[in-house]
Amino acid sequence: MDDRTHRAAHRIEGRSAAPGIALGPLVRLAAAKHDIRQYRSAAEEHKALVDALAASHVDLSALVSEVGDAEAEAILSFQIALLEDDNLAAPAFALITGGEVANRAWSDAIAREIASYDGADDPYFRARASDLRDLRDRVLRHLAGEADQIVPSGVIVAAEDMPPSMFLATDWRDGGLVLRRGSPSSHVAILARSRGVPMIVGVDVDHLENGRDALLDGEAGLLIVDPDTDTRAAYCQRHAEQSEFRQAFASFSGPALTASGELVRVMINVTGLAELEQLDPAHVDGIGLMRTEFLFQGCETLPSEEEQYQIYRRMIEWAAGRPVTIRTLDAGGDKPIKGLTQTGDINPFLGVRGVRLSLRHLDVFRVQLRALARAAVAGNLKVMIPMVTVPEELDRCRTLLEQALEDLRREGQEAQMPPLGMMVEVPAAALTIEDFNADFFSIGSNDLIQYVAAASRDEPQLADLARPSRAVFGLIGHVVNYADSSGRETSLCGDLAGDPEQVAALLDQGLRILSVAPRALGPVRAAIARYSGSGAFSSEVEPGSRQENVSNQESRAPFRSDRTGKGSSA
Amino acid sequence: MDKLRASVLMRHEVGLHARPSVKLTKLAKAFESRIDLGLSPDGPWVDAKSIVKVMATRAPKDSTIYFRAEGTDAKAALDALVTLVDGDFQDGR
Repeated sequence: MDDRTHRAAHRIEGRSAAPGIALGPLVRLAAAKHDIRQYRSAAEEHKALVDALAASHVDLSALVSEVGDAEAEAILSFQIALLEDDNLAAPAFALITGGEVANRAWSDAIAREIASYDGADDPYFRARASDLRDLRDRVLRHLAGEADQIVPSGVIVAAEDMPPSMFLATDWRDGGLVLRRGSPSSHVAILARSRGVPMIVGVDVDHLENGRDALLDGEAGLLIVDPDTDTRAAYCQRHAEQSEFRQAFASFSGPALTASGELVRVMINVTGLAELEQLDPAHVDGIGLMRTEFLFQGCETLPSEEEQYQIYRRMIEWAAGRPVTIRTLDAGGDKPIKGLTQTGDINPFLGVRGVRLSLRHLDVFRVQLRALARAAVAGNLKVMIPMVTVPEELDRCRTLLEQALEDLRREGQEAQMPPLGMMVEVPAAALTIEDFNADFFSIGSNDLIQYVAAASRDEPQLADLARPSRAVFGLIGHVVNYADSSGRETSLCGDLAGDPEQVAALLDQGLRILSVAPRALGPVRAAIARYSGSGAFSSEVEPGSRQENVSNQESRAPFRSDRTGKGSSA
Repeated sequence: MDKLRASVLMRHEVGLHARPSVKLTKLAKAFESRIDLGLSPDGPWVDAKSIVKVMATRAPKDSTIYFRAEGTDAKAALDALVTLVDGDFQDGR
């Protein structure tokens, strides 16, 4: 045994199923072995299976009432529905009548179902085989009179497969999961992703030894057994960062408040419906930016009004009353679309893009506006126009939207006029913001920064210039000031909002709505919670700590505009 | 007694999979009528109240689902099922 403790690190590659880092001892789960039952009589075997099915139903019903999230509930509901369907156990009862012992009758009957799922073409259907195995084993445990297998916390579990119900009954704090079977679309993988448990699949678990020190890198799909000191140190560092990040996630419930108790609304930027499936709408204050380019990309034909309407409506329904800001097609620049955007623009970022393109392709734009006016009936929709430079562009969009609404009503279709706002990303628009007839503003910091600095965000040599500067914060402050004074909302939906280092500087400008990528929700909420207000709000803070706050802010936001300078010098 | 029939295009992103099937069979079971489900107007038909059978149809996205029903509440059952499928299985969520 002794030589083994000095064994070299062993790297095992699998496939990533859920990101994250876990460090801990390996625990190898053996497949459950169920005692061989002694056959009594057909009547007793029949009764044993009836009882085991009923007991399993009780287990799952109890578990489903505890899990508290929609994904887990759906998985368990599927197993419960299977149990409630007489067709599932019917072949088993037939075998029992023919003289088979209950456990084998049940295994054989379910084996046929499992085999049919295993042989399916669709990976989603194949993945359901794991749910059936889960159910099979639960009933077998009851037939054998065995208790549920308990998995300790803080370990890296290695197993052939893991039933979803066992996953849900396990405390995964600081733990991870390595499976031979399973796929990124298995129920366990879906659960692991939604609960932040690192997981990889496709690993030959037979050669893994219980108790060995291990590192799991869920993102890279890598398991390192007996890691060397350097590797371990590097991963410990990443693990610590991850813990901090998760803590921030844990504080998700309730509104995002600054240290001084001010409410900040944190919304998400989304690109498609798939992203929303992983998210609980209760954790966000709405969708601050829904891009629509994905509808137009990679398709042979442009999306129809009906297709667009269905997707917009589902987004709005997902948000359940929270605001959903949908941006009209923002093609051009770095987002070409076949058959629509011009090729050979000399400088695409200064070319025909955003609203400039839409107003030159009214046939396409009208379809999108009609779909949006119809979807507005479904909930709290706002429509945002990208790349607005002069007030006339927005005015034309408003006229077109009103026309679309009129046409729809004449056709007898339900439709509604949503608030119409603009993205503020062109410096000319930011400077003359009071000239625009917009219902709301959303600052697109990525383009604003590159247009203000005349430096491409994709040019690595100019990274120092293409940064949020005092000029940028000055423009942001100007827009927020005007919006506040005229009773309009302003949000910021660029990458700037998702950078925890910049959050204080943005709040200093008076912004109280940020829209960020879903993965930035935790860090941004944590940064908001640390923010104790610019000087203007510091009367409740003790002098000592206030001093600290001011210097903190200065280090975070070296280029604050006058607007906040005034506050902190008070 | 004649069977009533209805059909509806299913747009659910992943087809007639676990979650939609649970909802569909639960709804079907709320009715007394015998209800069958098929993927073509001529069958083969399966019991729409059985999740085992419904899942076994492996209906992919963009399939048309056919229903036939026989019983006192057949009309109401078909209306409810078509509404569920047409509304992308979003029952009040």
